Amino acid sequence: MNLGVDFCGIKLKNPVTVASGTFGYGREFEEYIDLNRLGAIITKGTTLKEKLGNKAPRICEVTGGLLNSIGLQNPGVEHFLKEDLPFLRKFDTKIIVNACGSTVEDYVELCKILNDADIDGVELNLSCPNVKEGCLAFGTTYEGVKGVTEKVRKVLDRKPLIVKLTPNVTDITQPAKGAEDAGADGISAINTLLGMKIDIKKRRPILANNTGGFAGPAIKPVAVRMVYQIAQAVNIPVMGLGGIMTGEDAIEFMEAGATAISIGAGNMVDPETSIRVIDEIEEFMKANQIDDIKKLIGSVEMN
Amino acid sequence: MGKKVLAELVNKEELNKDIFKFSVRSKEIADLAKPGQFLDIKVSDKGEPFLRRPISIHNVDKENGIVEFIFMVVGKGTKILAERNVGEKLDILGPLGNGTFDTDKKYNSVSIIGGGLGVFPLYELTKKLKNNASLNVYLGFRNKDLVTCEKEFEAIGLNKLCVTTDDGSYKEKGFAIDFMKKDIEEHRVDKIFACGPLPMLRAVKEYADKEGIDCELSMEERMGCGIGACLGCAIEYIRDDGTKTYKHVCKDGPVFDSKKIIF
Repeated sequence: MNLGVDFCGIKLKNPVTVASGTFGYGREFEEYIDLNRLGAIITKGTTLKEKLGNKAPRICEVTGGLLNSIGLQNPGVEHFLKEDLPFLRKFDTKIIVNACGSTVEDYVELCKILNDADIDGVELNLSCPNVKEGCLAFGTTYEGVKGVTEKVRKVLDRKPLIVKLTPNVTDITQPAKGAEDAGADGISAINTLLGMKIDIKKRRPILANNTGGFAGPAIKPVAVRMVYQIAQAVNIPVMGLGGIMTGEDAIEFMEAGATAISIGAGNMVDPETSIRVIDEIEEFMKANQIDDIKKLIGSVEMN
Repeated sequence: MGKKVLAELVNKEELNKDIFKFSVRSKEIADLAKPGQFLDIKVSDKGEPFLRRPISIHNVDKENGIVEFIFMVVGKGTKILAERNVGEKLDILGPLGNGTFDTDKKYNSVSIIGGGLGVFPLYELTKKLKNNASLNVYLGFRNKDLVTCEKEFEAIGLNKLCVTTDDGSYKEKGFAIDFMKKDIEEHRVDKIFACGPLPMLRAVKEYADKEGIDCELSMEERMGCGIGACLGCAIEYIRDDGTKTYKHVCKDGPVFDSKKIIF
């Protein structure tokens, strides 16, 4: 039975990765799971310089998931390369760095550094809903995504470039095509949906930032639909994510067109979610006599 | 160092209206647990509510591998938890938190102050410090109906136990901190430990910092993963070089040096 997939040149031992912002730099999970089993670890969103993030409350539970507004708190790329990457490299898994910036120049500077780093790929975060500058400002249009991706592509010539898209758009195929036309190697979708929760007694939003990114099983149908639309619209592979909690959820994304998948909010409920998803994918394949997981990719047929 | 365990609920007691004490069997957690740490509990297997519920450890019986926690029914998660039955297994991450109460140091005289639900995590601490210092414990509650665990604290053997209610419906009337301050003015202590609502912690911090008394606070913030990965439960913190950053209650705390916290 083969679980291995090739995601834009990155050979994953299985299609299960862990999503940016829900897995730190892996350390917190080492005591709970065998990191060697993961297809890849996608790091916490990392910026050129340290970022402190937003005021608390940053987290708020809602039906079927949660809202978060962390604000990209991270120690900066130099700290990551010195302190965290050597730790991650001890494991037999691929390392993809989620890269964020406030300006095009930030993205370019950061990716210049990452081009020379001992990593397996870069996920360009054009979709964080919780910072005032950058990210979403570029991520919602064809031109916006194409513009920043082109500039990054010029300096990132030795690493696969994946663009992570926001679902907060009318037509997800537009930014997806922008990424492809700019030379991206892959797309990951979706980031969180912009949401809000109000404390009805205080008549104020619970999150200090008022709004936050909505994640969890409640957003899965939106994500599956968007992954399908992207897979139809572009010829580069898609990393599917959004509310995956089980092996069956993962299979659904792959049938919709995802080459690999990512566990996000699921890591926050149970540090073992990603490993359980791998086991459940295997069980599904066994039960349904599927010898190669690649046969599932994009296998859905419309009514 | 946390573990993921399925721990049997071996005893369940309603101590007061809507306030429950659960005893679970987990040798792993009991062996590792330190005063101030918490458990992150999945209240239901059905996927709702989505997140775990962080609840402080109240008491540890290392010999028998029993861990106890006390919680109040305040929302849908704690309501579901309260309905769990003895004999069922609870999915628990724990013990969590690297910032714990410092019980290794030798103290002469210590004040321990808790407010409301913040009283419960101080029990394990008080037990631990029993042979280490002269202990003055101040427990504040809103009213008589909420007074919980008084007997348990009494049984530890303290220099002083002061129970207060905001409305005077039981024992001393007023805020626990005012009684603590009065005692400290007469007999200075070399340490204060505190756990409780934010206004109480802020007042304790201001007092301790002003008086130059070493002080540890157990903090709270809305939590996501419970293990330090999502960076949700942020609190403002002063670094050694004086600059401001955010630390995280679940991983760096829940117990912090009062001088480092910004309210």
